[in-house]
Amino acid sequence: MQDISFAPLAAELFVLGMTCLVMLVDLFAPGPQRRNSFWLSQIALFGALLITINLAPAPSALLYGGHFMLDSLGTVLKVGLYIVTAISLLYARAYIAERQFMRGEYYLLSLFAMLGAMVLITAHSLLTIYLGLELMSLSLYAMVAMQRDSKQAPEAAMKYFVMGALASGFLLFGMSLLYGVTGHIGISELASAPTEQGQLVMYRFALVFIIAGIAFKLGAVPFHMWIPDIYHGAPTSVTAFLGSAPKIAAFAMIMRLLTEALPSLHEDWMAMLAALAIASMAIGNIGAIAQSNLKRLLAYSAIAHMGYFLIGISSGTSEGYAASMFYILVYALMTLGGFGMILFLSRAGFESDNLSDLKGLWQRSPWYALLMMLVMMSMAGIPPFIGFWPKLQVFMAAVHAGQTWLALTGAVFSLIGCYYYLKVVKVMFFDQADDKSPITASTALRVAISANGLAMLVLGLFPGTILAYCLKAFAG
Amino acid sequence: MTTLPLLSLLIWTPIIGAALVLFGAGERNNGSTAKWLALVTALVTLALCVPLYTGFDTTTAAMQFGEQSPWFTISGLNINYSLGVDGFSMPLILLTSFTTVIVVIAGWEVIENRVSQYMAAFLVMTGLMNGVFAALDAMLFYVFWEAMLVPMFLIIGIWGGPNRVYATIKFFLYTFFGSVFMLIALIYMAIQAKSFAILDLHQLPMSLSVQHWIFAAFLIAFAVKVPMFPVHTWLPDAHVEAPTGGSVVLAAIMLKMGTYGFVRFNLPIAPDASLAWADVMIALSLIAVVYIGLVALVQKDMKKLVAYSSIAHMGFVTLGFFIAFALLKSGNAMQATLGVQGALVQMISHGFISGAMFLCIGVLYDRVHSRQIGDYGGVANTMPKFAALMMLFTMANAGLPGTSGFVGEFMVILAAFSANFWYAILAATTLILGAAYSLWMYKRVVFGEVNNSHVAELEDINKREQLMLVILAIAVLALGLYPKMLTDLMEPTVQNLLHHIMQSKAGA
Repeated sequence: MQDISFAPLAAELFVLGMTCLVMLVDLFAPGPQRRNSFWLSQIALFGALLITINLAPAPSALLYGGHFMLDSLGTVLKVGLYIVTAISLLYARAYIAERQFMRGEYYLLSLFAMLGAMVLITAHSLLTIYLGLELMSLSLYAMVAMQRDSKQAPEAAMKYFVMGALASGFLLFGMSLLYGVTGHIGISELASAPTEQGQLVMYRFALVFIIAGIAFKLGAVPFHMWIPDIYHGAPTSVTAFLGSAPKIAAFAMIMRLLTEALPSLHEDWMAMLAALAIASMAIGNIGAIAQSNLKRLLAYSAIAHMGYFLIGISSGTSEGYAASMFYILVYALMTLGGFGMILFLSRAGFESDNLSDLKGLWQRSPWYALLMMLVMMSMAGIPPFIGFWPKLQVFMAAVHAGQTWLALTGAVFSLIGCYYYLKVVKVMFFDQADDKSPITASTALRVAISANGLAMLVLGLFPGTILAYCLKAFAG
Repeated sequence: MTTLPLLSLLIWTPIIGAALVLFGAGERNNGSTAKWLALVTALVTLALCVPLYTGFDTTTAAMQFGEQSPWFTISGLNINYSLGVDGFSMPLILLTSFTTVIVVIAGWEVIENRVSQYMAAFLVMTGLMNGVFAALDAMLFYVFWEAMLVPMFLIIGIWGGPNRVYATIKFFLYTFFGSVFMLIALIYMAIQAKSFAILDLHQLPMSLSVQHWIFAAFLIAFAVKVPMFPVHTWLPDAHVEAPTGGSVVLAAIMLKMGTYGFVRFNLPIAPDASLAWADVMIALSLIAVVYIGLVALVQKDMKKLVAYSSIAHMGFVTLGFFIAFALLKSGNAMQATLGVQGALVQMISHGFISGAMFLCIGVLYDRVHSRQIGDYGGVANTMPKFAALMMLFTMANAGLPGTSGFVGEFMVILAAFSANFWYAILAATTLILGAAYSLWMYKRVVFGEVNNSHVAELEDINKREQLMLVILAIAVLALGLYPKMLTDLMEPTVQNLLHHIMQSKAGA
């Protein structure tokens, strides 16, 4: 019996420890301020970041009986996850303070959700994947329900829970079929399990259920119905988190379950993902046009973005996977910017989430209107903003893989998508403001939102670094 | 030669200047700091064109003033920040930098609110447009090409007329629609050629059927921008709603980006397809010349009239390019050169003339707040200086010999004669139609009795307006009297293009 080293788990253990510490501190913290929880959470994220970077593996290692994979894919995704979570907590801080949320619990649940995502990212067996997924999902269900005095939030939480449970059920059923066919739960064993002709039907059956589960979690058409309602109903700070961090984890899940576990079925899942991609781009982009609520608009745009994202994976090449990874990281940053701006404009008792609330923002606070424009243009995929480059790479991967038609479809839908992003810009810049008073917010929030918005331009001018990391994650 | 990164300076000086205008000067002193800063930036940019012009080697078709540094790598393909100019792009950079100065002067007193943002938007545009013309990397080209939509979108949408939102969204979506197909074509070719360098794409052998697809994709992108019939409908809307400066930039430079695209991409990359498409392109160009010319004739709005006349004049440019193919087929290289050169001269000349026409309309609009021809009459009585200058531009628009408008059209018609008699006849109708709509508009606005109190109270143009119109008048006359200074610049590049496109790529 060899010694088990816990060093590769250091980041997860650190986050877990810090989360417990937040819980304790919060329990004994006097008064309603409880600002320590915020700082402790940020320290947890920063610490985890340092640990993860220090642990960066070369080459990748399969640990703990094949349940845990330490590879550069995981490292890059985790770093992205920490950054996204840190920004979302920063945005959430003032928002939840004004709305009398239970602050300590908010940070706690965010950290637990992130821990679940971390487990999901490094998981390398069906069991750990499911564990990570459920830890993440359960924390998110609770977060959606946190605003108890709101009418929409509990309803959204209920829907989310029912839908999420259903999706988990699908996924679990697919996984159990896989286990039934092969007798293995480890991703590596599944990949190398011999496929006999007679079992192929069973494999495909399992695949359908697994893809349905994943599509539910991602919000890809036709499993997208819950997205607009839940994005709209959840408190905005939760939506910001919900729209960004779990997508990164979901990417890891797709990678592990499809490309690593079922490479022999790649023709089947490539076709399925391509169909999901086209449907998502179509429904998402067309649905968004009709929205007058900004949160719903961003929700439909999220569905559309999942479509572009799936194009990369469905190309079935490591170039395509890297493209999708790039896409999901950039998307997380863009969506945080979008929801962050709604948070920024909202005041206590007033959700600034209708398109008309943005009217004449340019006259009120030109700088923030400009930032929001950067985010919208980036989402629309207009160069030189960062959103353009992952789209380009996704299309390139598709063309490279001989799927020029898919790239062309994506390009045409991005044209349709352009319309509603322009509509947001139009409302901000060309309409007259009803209320001309400038927006006020704390310095920290203003700096954060400025940094997030400017990142759209700066990263867009220098996209090489992120891209290089994404490519490296699939290089060896 | 010079070791300065001249092209980078031409791109980034206005953009950095814009940032200074926006964040440094702001709206202080009612924006007058911003105005001066913008003017200085525009003048510095123009001054940078002097070494570009003097240092340009007119004996070679090679790319000059080259700069290259790696940008980043995507899917194993390097995207470089690579710049360079040849005889096609260099004059267009001069035109862009020149127009910016005029636009800044034109907006001086007219724009009253948010001056700094207005000036900054135009400076950013200048940098991006210079980037389009200087880019030698397809992806860099695409980035500049698309990025330029954003400031123009804001310029029309914020400072435009009452129907600006419709016009600006239409403008954006039409041009974006075109670009999307260009992007896929670029990706496809880059993967085949394993490079994003435009000059590498020129060498890429492609079968005829692939060339057809590529040609079609580029055609959509550039036809929207030129604009060619039948995708021209965004242009009158955009022009009517845009502020004067926006119209000037739109007509003088942005339309040229479309025709520039033809010489930079369509012709050299898909020569066989270009030959196959030549008849269609000539037909579309002739429709633009004749039909749009007739449409211009019935306009009641001065800006719309000039906008339609722009489409007709740009039809000449595309006609010149594709006539060359018909001529090359019959081995008439001399006349083919003439056609292409005429088209290029027309591009520059139209930049001056249409810019000047829109400025003249702007001058009237600032005083009377109407663009309807019917609201004017007898302007010459109250604004004699203005009437004299506008007469020159109207004549140039109609193609009067001695002005730049004549040279390009004449060269293209001459080339058309050698290709096909009927092409030439149809093209030559522009001399009648152009004269008809230009002069008729001029007559109704400027001559006759003073027909209302608004016109009776008009004041003649002030020093600032005189300055900008006189500069343009000099440019129009100089190019009209001595076009050699432009054609010499282009000669080797045109020869090189024709030599290149004569060789079929399909067989390789």
